[in-house]
Amino acid sequence: MKKTDVNHYQHYLNVVDCQQACPAHTPVPEYIRLITQKRFGDAYMLNWQSNVFPGILGRVCDRPCEPACRRTRVEDKAVAICRLKRVTADYKEDIRERLPKAPKQTNGKRIALIGAGPASLTVARDLLPLGYQIDLFERDSKAGGMMRSQIPQFRLPHQVLDEELDYILDMGVNTHFDHPIKSLESLLSQDYHAIFIGTGAPKGRHLHLPGFDDCKDDINIGIDWLSGVSFGHITQAPKRVVVLGGGNTAMDCCRTAKRLGATDVKVLVRSSFEAMKASPWEKEDAIAEAIEILADHSPLKYQRSEDGHMRVSFEKVISSYDKSNNRTLTKTGETLDIDCDLVLVAIGQDTSFPWIERHIGLKFNDWSQPVLNKATLQSTLPQVFFGGDSAFGPENIITAVAHGHKAAISIDLYCQGKDPENRPDSDFNLISQKMGMHEWRYDNQIEHHQRRNVPHIDWQQASQELATEVELGFDEKLALKEAQRCLNCDIQTVFSESKCIECSACEDICPLDCINFIDDIPQSGDPETLLKGKLRVEKAHSEQDYFISDKLNTGHIMVKDEDVCVHCGLCAERCPTGAWDMQKLILSNIEATIK
Amino acid sequence: MSYAKSKFRHPNLEVNDIGLTYRDYEGVVSTLCAGCGHDSISASIIHACAELSIPPHKIAKMSGIGCSSKAPNYFLNRSHGFNSVHGRMPSVTTGANLANKDLCYLAMSGDGDTASIGLGQFAHVIRRRLDMVYLVANNGVYGLTKGQLAATSDKGAKNKAGEISPFNEIDLCVMALQLGASFVARCFSGDRKQLVSILKAAICHQGFAFIDIISPCVTFNNQANSKRSYDYVQQHVSTGAVSDFVPVKDEISCDLPSGNYHDICLHDGSLIRLYKVAKDYRSDDKLHAVNMIEAHKAKQQILTGLFYVNPAIDTYHEVNQTSDTPLNQLREDALCPGQRVLKSINGSFR
Repeated sequence: MKKTDVNHYQHYLNVVDCQQACPAHTPVPEYIRLITQKRFGDAYMLNWQSNVFPGILGRVCDRPCEPACRRTRVEDKAVAICRLKRVTADYKEDIRERLPKAPKQTNGKRIALIGAGPASLTVARDLLPLGYQIDLFERDSKAGGMMRSQIPQFRLPHQVLDEELDYILDMGVNTHFDHPIKSLESLLSQDYHAIFIGTGAPKGRHLHLPGFDDCKDDINIGIDWLSGVSFGHITQAPKRVVVLGGGNTAMDCCRTAKRLGATDVKVLVRSSFEAMKASPWEKEDAIAEAIEILADHSPLKYQRSEDGHMRVSFEKVISSYDKSNNRTLTKTGETLDIDCDLVLVAIGQDTSFPWIERHIGLKFNDWSQPVLNKATLQSTLPQVFFGGDSAFGPENIITAVAHGHKAAISIDLYCQGKDPENRPDSDFNLISQKMGMHEWRYDNQIEHHQRRNVPHIDWQQASQELATEVELGFDEKLALKEAQRCLNCDIQTVFSESKCIECSACEDICPLDCINFIDDIPQSGDPETLLKGKLRVEKAHSEQDYFISDKLNTGHIMVKDEDVCVHCGLCAERCPTGAWDMQKLILSNIEATIK
Repeated sequence: MSYAKSKFRHPNLEVNDIGLTYRDYEGVVSTLCAGCGHDSISASIIHACAELSIPPHKIAKMSGIGCSSKAPNYFLNRSHGFNSVHGRMPSVTTGANLANKDLCYLAMSGDGDTASIGLGQFAHVIRRRLDMVYLVANNGVYGLTKGQLAATSDKGAKNKAGEISPFNEIDLCVMALQLGASFVARCFSGDRKQLVSILKAAICHQGFAFIDIISPCVTFNNQANSKRSYDYVQQHVSTGAVSDFVPVKDEISCDLPSGNYHDICLHDGSLIRLYKVAKDYRSDDKLHAVNMIEAHKAKQQILTGLFYVNPAIDTYHEVNQTSDTPLNQLREDALCPGQRVLKSINGSFR
């Protein structure tokens, strides 16, 4: 069989599931190990380097890392990665001295950033230390973009937001707040060397049903309403509120409404409860705050009665899925009428570029999205780059950060007159963790304890105070315990054929039956098909890689299924010749690994 | 140093007929040297017992003294066990077997424990036809006392310290054949497939089953000139027939293999199925077996596989017509029937 290519970092990065799943490839196991050593500041800086907003993301990240966590494949729940990130922000010392500074002498290149959200700020953070001069244009009065306007304070307090935004703004960004860009053409005429557009997806979708016109004064778009609350324009909500939609915006709307005085808040969503787009923990928190979520209800019409009351009618539907997971909604005929005083529509949002003239050479596709090179985020106007939600439609903060890194590399190459497609890559290093006969530089004992819940304030109190953060975060003791659950997936099992004497000690000791010594298979092709029935235990997750060795002395090959390896190091401990070693993967330039 | 294996298990781990996985047959983490052949033997025993679905409490692990005899701590944690005096394991096993013949006796011994201090006991337990599985983890040196040459080392063999064996070796398989063992095999700890199938057959065999297992000592006998090293054995091992074990429940369902094979039916109805059988291979002729072993030695080869099996032999309990109910299950009134019965026995002698 074909030996696994270990001359490039990709195989090893795939093994670190959380890091691979993170759009910015944050080195998760490394910062969790730093937490276990109480090096909170170091852990924070490692995060900051790669995801720019650890305190913010430690509260409101979509956490693509957690479903990927290896622990979900050997037990029930992932390590609380996101909340451990918050721990680094909560317990760090003052790190301002450690932040990079913009050089006194600029490099003479001027960059305009449009929108002060996570994508633009990441570009600023990456380019300022290189000597670029940054002009930031924002339509609102403060930076933060959707992190400020759409995420309520009880999930993300403004002081946390401001602290991390200031780290970047204080590096020397020329800010222009309350300064919406009305014409890209006129900005282009100002001779910026490059322009980055990170204007998000600011246009909330309306739901036009029969009766809309009669009721439109009491129907608000969710994100606009949340923004009004955030900037203090809206301070109260009527008694009865209906939220339409099942995403995180819907959850934020209903919980905010409750805090502004609504007593009867209902969320109605067309999908089933399980298929709702909101993160499971957001749904749980909403329910804990006594908000009723009615799934499987499709809205039919708005009605205004003669005495001025509003009513929304729904029909109960049943979701069913075909083999390729396409949903079909079947109507049941059963209807439900709900009387309410305010409807908040949170059924999606779109990008909006009325300020980009269509004749300036920047091409748009059939869905009114800019035509972009996916690898460089460059538009058809070579000096204009996109990132965040404005690039490909709504995603999440961490994706916006990843776009920011990617665009910053592109802009830097472009401004040097180089081809942004000809990108630098990261180097990698594997550092042996062996300290003695059976001693390792990491804690290799497996912690079997289940995931710890994050403490929160009393739910009764929570649903009354708009600016009080609900989650208290882990205290230090809980954080250290939860951090122990990390399986150290970045400590790689590295195998050298020449040292192996085929004693099978590793195969026998492996608690998860990952290691196999089998006859070589002369054919080439898909490893999973070739290896079917030949390994100790059948593969559990197809998407996980194998680690296949060269031929050994006897003609056998070693095949390790990386899937459920818990990186306990027992294979290396029981190896008499050091053919196995536990080595830490270190990527020299993590931003360059974002493809 | 890790003292415990993670409790996490592979999600697709197979469950046997009594609802256990092989991990339920494990012991504590081995403290033998990393890479010791004995650990492979432990692993093979774990897999053999799991695959046969033997309830762990129906097994007794018996051992004497030595690295090999430490090994039972590293498998079958839920089974009975007795770690006896050096070389005296056969007597203790005989006693245990007399008291409770319902258990499966798995005895683990080494070259010192069997071929030196325990040679007399070894000979007699074979002669007694005790129903047990006797395993010797044979590495040719006394590992626990720093690698002195054992009685199973070939004449002229050199140990790590440079000492040369001046005497002929004791071939335990040849001895076992001569003394009347009804199941004799030799295996290599590094050939897992063969070892597990022969172990399963030995456990199902009713009578005395002996397996000599070549098990390299990584610390004291794995040097370049050793004839018990991983490299040497891997290069010089040869097999008379590839054996597979077919349990009773599979016999009807499994497809018959194509090509040349030979079945041997064991007492409980299970089969040993032999593939790739060499032309001159026989499993029912002791003299032939001894000849084959010696002929391979003359060619500097190590013959492994099943040498001899007699599935129909009477065991100790049958020869001695012991009670059908194991002694430990007999009640006091049966074990000690009282004055009246004693009188009638005495009367029969008058």
